[in-house]
Amino acid sequence: MPLRSRGYAAASSDEPQFINLVQKSSFLNRDGDAIFQDPEFSRISSKETKNVNYYTAVNDALATALETDESAILFGEDVAFGGVFRCSMGLESRFGKDRVFNTPLSEQGLVGFGIGVAAQGATAIAEIQFADYVFPAFDQIVNEAAKYRYRSGNQFHCGGLTIRMPGMAVGHGGHYHSQSPEAFFAHVPGLKFVVPRSPAQAKGLLLAAIRDPNPVIVMEPKILYRAATEDVPVADYTLPLGKAAVLQEGRDMTIVGWGSQLYTLEEAVRRAEAKWPDRSFELIDLRSILPWDADTVIRSVNKTGRLLIAHEAPLTSGFGAEIAATVSEACLLKLEAPVARVTGFDTPFPLIHEKFYVPSIVRCLDKMEALFNY
Amino acid sequence: MAAPQRRGGGGVRVRPWLRHAVLFPGATCGSFYTSDLRFVKEYPTLPTYRVLDLEGQVINPAEDPGLSQERCVAIYRNMLCLNALDVIMYEAQRQGRISFYMTNYGEEATHMGSAEALTLDDVIFGQYREAGVLLHRGFTLDEFMNQCYSNARDEGKGRQMPIHYGSKRLNFHTISSPLATQIPQAAGAAYALKRSGKAAVAVCYFGEGAASEGDFHAALNIAATTESPVLFFCRNNGYAISTPVRDQYRGDGIASRGHGYGMHTIRVDGNDVLAVYRAVQAARALALRDAQPVLIEALTYRVGHHSTSDDSSAYRDKKEVADWQRQDSPNVRFRKYLERKGWWDDAAEAHAKKTLRAQVLQAFARAEKVKKPALQHLFTDVYDTLPPHLQAQQAELQRLLEKYPNELNTADFETSV
Repeated sequence: MPLRSRGYAAASSDEPQFINLVQKSSFLNRDGDAIFQDPEFSRISSKETKNVNYYTAVNDALATALETDESAILFGEDVAFGGVFRCSMGLESRFGKDRVFNTPLSEQGLVGFGIGVAAQGATAIAEIQFADYVFPAFDQIVNEAAKYRYRSGNQFHCGGLTIRMPGMAVGHGGHYHSQSPEAFFAHVPGLKFVVPRSPAQAKGLLLAAIRDPNPVIVMEPKILYRAATEDVPVADYTLPLGKAAVLQEGRDMTIVGWGSQLYTLEEAVRRAEAKWPDRSFELIDLRSILPWDADTVIRSVNKTGRLLIAHEAPLTSGFGAEIAATVSEACLLKLEAPVARVTGFDTPFPLIHEKFYVPSIVRCLDKMEALFNY
Repeated sequence: MAAPQRRGGGGVRVRPWLRHAVLFPGATCGSFYTSDLRFVKEYPTLPTYRVLDLEGQVINPAEDPGLSQERCVAIYRNMLCLNALDVIMYEAQRQGRISFYMTNYGEEATHMGSAEALTLDDVIFGQYREAGVLLHRGFTLDEFMNQCYSNARDEGKGRQMPIHYGSKRLNFHTISSPLATQIPQAAGAAYALKRSGKAAVAVCYFGEGAASEGDFHAALNIAATTESPVLFFCRNNGYAISTPVRDQYRGDGIASRGHGYGMHTIRVDGNDVLAVYRAVQAARALALRDAQPVLIEALTYRVGHHSTSDDSSAYRDKKEVADWQRQDSPNVRFRKYLERKGWWDDAAEAHAKKTLRAQVLQAFARAEKVKKPALQHLFTDVYDTLPPHLQAQQAELQRLLEKYPNELNTADFETSV
């Protein structure tokens, strides 16, 4: 029996280890220059790339942000020594203790502090150690950061604030190291929320978030920190917030996901293609939860007539519900089947039962079959 | 002295100082070992700093800040102006002309005394009962009125409830209703000020009730560890709506907590405008010199109701309020100081009250006539630009306005540009 990789528990032969899905993913660039074929990357002048994992790409983005903006500071619990996921390695010694520093263990305190820094016009990059622990800062994020500009009539804003937080399942995280709280924040006008799926995406979206003149939450799928490696442009670049990415074009079904869920969906699509050779699948990485790219999803569903949404967070009032409602309004006459959702169950995130809880390959395939048979 | 301790059979001699000094890393202020089992409950009570007695006499001449006649009169006039503003706006709410109001009665000295000690470069974060600070910094009567009327000249574009003032020009961050949220924000603003090299502090006002929120704890702690030059100014007026301090805390007020955060702390008589001025002036200098936060607790008494939605006679004796007004009014105390100096008299008082009332009423009438902000401002400033989904929602409202012009009448609103 092979050694279990760090992260996902080994499952049955039908459910390959997550790390294997990532390692064979065609969505990760392993071909240097190939990334510059993508219009979003083609405008980057330097074609130099470096093969790095997800946390190193985050580290690179943070270093770039600190280097290009003297007002930028980076802070949170344990960031000074490099962070519990190594995302801030080497930054304290490079940029100084007044720019990269530990805060007391208080999420409401460090987010409130970041709002104050940003409200003075500086750039504040705050880290919440796990997305599961963002809730003590919920009041500061929802009532304060998100409304700062609106309530002051644009006299003040805290657009320089970015909150990074590792989220999503990791194989053995239980209740409080696994959560995907994006839907809580999707209900908050004034915020932006993004979930990058890969190292190159993480660098570009994080830099865009840091430079966007609105408060942005970036949720980094922690299972990808070491697992996902690709060739990432060395240059300073950003990717657009609020835009989805079509990872694969197809005619018969639209599949929408975000974050690490995309690797599960990629494998589910491969198996679906083998099972239904005359069908093709369009896979969309939503990337931004708020504001979300409804146009890209609607255009796709109007073409395919079927939509499957998959997310790790619980079903009820998960972000899939928002997508489903919007698509139902916009694509009613084109839909061949009801919009389908494969999600976590409406329970706390379990420990030992994780593989039965997550929207796994088999659960996705089962729903695809139901969509075709409707 | 006990004999040197020995460890095991090896006879390793423990260095003598180990028996006294505590070396655990958590003992940052140093500690020593004791074999007395003793819980600590009694601490020295923090004194209350005072410059003027109730008769407006300087108790210790060395403590008189020596403010000029011009400055003293300006302070006193603003105390009266704040009262005039409060009287008229409170009545306006009672007549249904504005939706809500909160008065500042009894806390005038905390506002003017602190504001006088600050510069316009200092950045203010308030709770909601600090209108006098804004007034003293130069917020005009028209600006107060425009905000309370939610009219088109309100810098806040009519979006927040009355008294939620803000002014970029005066470095006064816009008030929000959630209590204490501004306290950690002030710490962050102070940190940014320090990094920018500006000789300015952040000043954060809050009541003793708000100090029970988690954000108070979070803020004082992070300000201390990040060495942020912020003044935490607590207005301890005895009540949080109906809740007396007895139900709010059991320690020695708010000031006693400063020590626990490793912070310079002072308690001051909040009805003594000169004591507040001196304390804030010294605290500001200390915060800038040492790059450290300072905690100031100003003891005062909330003379007015909590707000126009509150009748405070439901939970406190009217006589208690009347006694405070009669025996320890910050305005009367400072007036006596001015009269002793020969800088004020009955005629000046009567003239000031008359002209201030007239000025407030004129501003009131002007604000009432201004149209409400254009409807587009329901959607602007959620983000820096309007994202597609908000553009669609704005278009939907536009369609409804055209279809239902009577039900959704916009005559009182400025037209969109």
